[in-house]
Amino acid sequence: MALAVLAAGATAVRALVVPRRAGWPRAAGPDPRPGRWQVVTVAGRPEDVLPTGRWPEPLRRLDGAVELHARPAPGGRGTELAARPLRGEAALPGPAAHLVGDDLGLFLRERLRQVKQLAETGEVLRADRSPVDRPEAAG
Amino acid sequence: MRALCWAGTDELAVREVPDPELRNAQDMIVRVRRSATCGADLALLGGRTPFLAVGDVLGHEFLGEVVEVGPEVRRHRPGDRVVVCAAVSCGACWFCRQGLFACCDNGSTGPAVTEAAWGQPTGGCYGHPGALGGFAGSHAEYVRVPYADVGAFRVPEPVSDDRAVFASDAAPTGWMGAELGGVGPGDVVAVWGAGAVGQLTAGAALLRGAERVIVVDRHDDRLRMVQRHVGAEPLNYRYVDVAAELRERSGGRGPDVCVEAVGAEAEAPGRWGGGADRPLALREAVHSCRKGGTVVVLGTWTGFVDAFPLGAVMNKGLSVRSSRQHGQRWIPMLLDRMARDELRTEHLATHRLPLERGTEGYALFRDRADGCVRAVFSP
Ligand SMILES: [Zn+2]
Ligand SMILES: [Zn+2]
Repeated sequence: MALAVLAAGATAVRALVVPRRAGWPRAAGPDPRPGRWQVVTVAGRPEDVLPTGRWPEPLRRLDGAVELHARPAPGGRGTELAARPLRGEAALPGPAAHLVGDDLGLFLRERLRQVKQLAETGEVLRADRSPVDRPEAAG
Repeated sequence: MRALCWAGTDELAVREVPDPELRNAQDMIVRVRRSATCGADLALLGGRTPFLAVGDVLGHEFLGEVVEVGPEVRRHRPGDRVVVCAAVSCGACWFCRQGLFACCDNGSTGPAVTEAAWGQPTGGCYGHPGALGGFAGSHAEYVRVPYADVGAFRVPEPVSDDRAVFASDAAPTGWMGAELGGVGPGDVVAVWGAGAVGQLTAGAALLRGAERVIVVDRHDDRLRMVQRHVGAEPLNYRYVDVAAELRERSGGRGPDVCVEAVGAEAEAPGRWGGGADRPLALREAVHSCRKGGTVVVLGTWTGFVDAFPLGAVMNKGLSVRSSRQHGQRWIPMLLDRMARDELRTEHLATHRLPLERGTEGYALFRDRADGCVRAVFSP
């Protein structure tokens, strides 16, 4: 099982290493390296953000396709929650692939943000419906 | 309902659009009583903002009456008269808990866009639809207010709609300008821009005990307003050398705090503005500021600025600070000051129009025609 919760203290040395971006800032765009960790910081303790053996929604459907780590953030900022595709591949295997567009990193980031929003505010913020969604409202 | 919509580059139209609906448990619906124009909208109006679509509703500074609340809303009930912070912020993330509401992690439904543009996602804002937040604007009959308990504030009885509507954005932005500058007793403060934000920055600086506050602009009518309603000193750059004048009025030192409240869209093309590549007011602020002083960037900027005088910043030991406003932090205090008559803002609403005449209101506002500082719409 790829799920691992790292508590504070001694086990924290096993914490994931998030590669730092080096060099000059680049134009925005998909990261060319496959398998990069996507990380968000979530208010709350690691055991609340990622209870042992249980995947938070809406990541559950990706079980088996990505690995997930949580560790305490420095300075009391909560929990660093990270996900990356198993085996460092840029594409997801099997049925999970159907859930994802062509940018896996972006997809994982979006899902992590939803986990964060649920944990912090209790809901995933929805956009207003655009008039385009509602053909009865032609201007 | 009726709403003022973007209809293409430099084109607005009042149209029939769908009523907003509760989309989250912490949402409420507000019936708009006042909605103010803002310089930040001019970038949208000019069509320079990606993801804006024809039919999107503009406007982010508003006041109204609660008509419907979601099941998780605790602080408001139908009938309440509320002013709503222009920034959409969750109140729960680390940034919100530090009081950095504009930096909220959870306030936008399209965080990937701002993350790509600026390296980090920021909080949301009304009237920045599409991927830039996802919330329809306030130039409409009704608005959906997400995180209602965090962003909406009951208006004290004695405060009029025309005064309180400025607590939505312009007043907290002005207060923040003085606070980021660390303005205190004895300071000399210069503010570039005599629009609503510039005037309210000057007023905040005086409330915080500044010794002298000087406002720089090109329009005599606005500068007279600054003198009469704010009690600050006017300086018209069309007639005098601003840097020399400021040096003279500050004992040769330069102002302690210099606030740029002009932004990229204020005067295009002209001495200030003409696009984000000519931050002339900001350059003048950096040049004029005393050694070790603070320059605050309050104007709305979205892209890149070159020919920024970094040499002056470094060699004079300046601090440069900026933010979008963290209104949730100051709105209750500002409403109290409004209720005590310490803070008066209604003179900024130079033009009051029905929403149906929104297009005309924006034309007046954009061209600074007829002494327009802000147009305020009532549906
Ligand atoms: Zn505004
Ligand atoms: Zn937040």
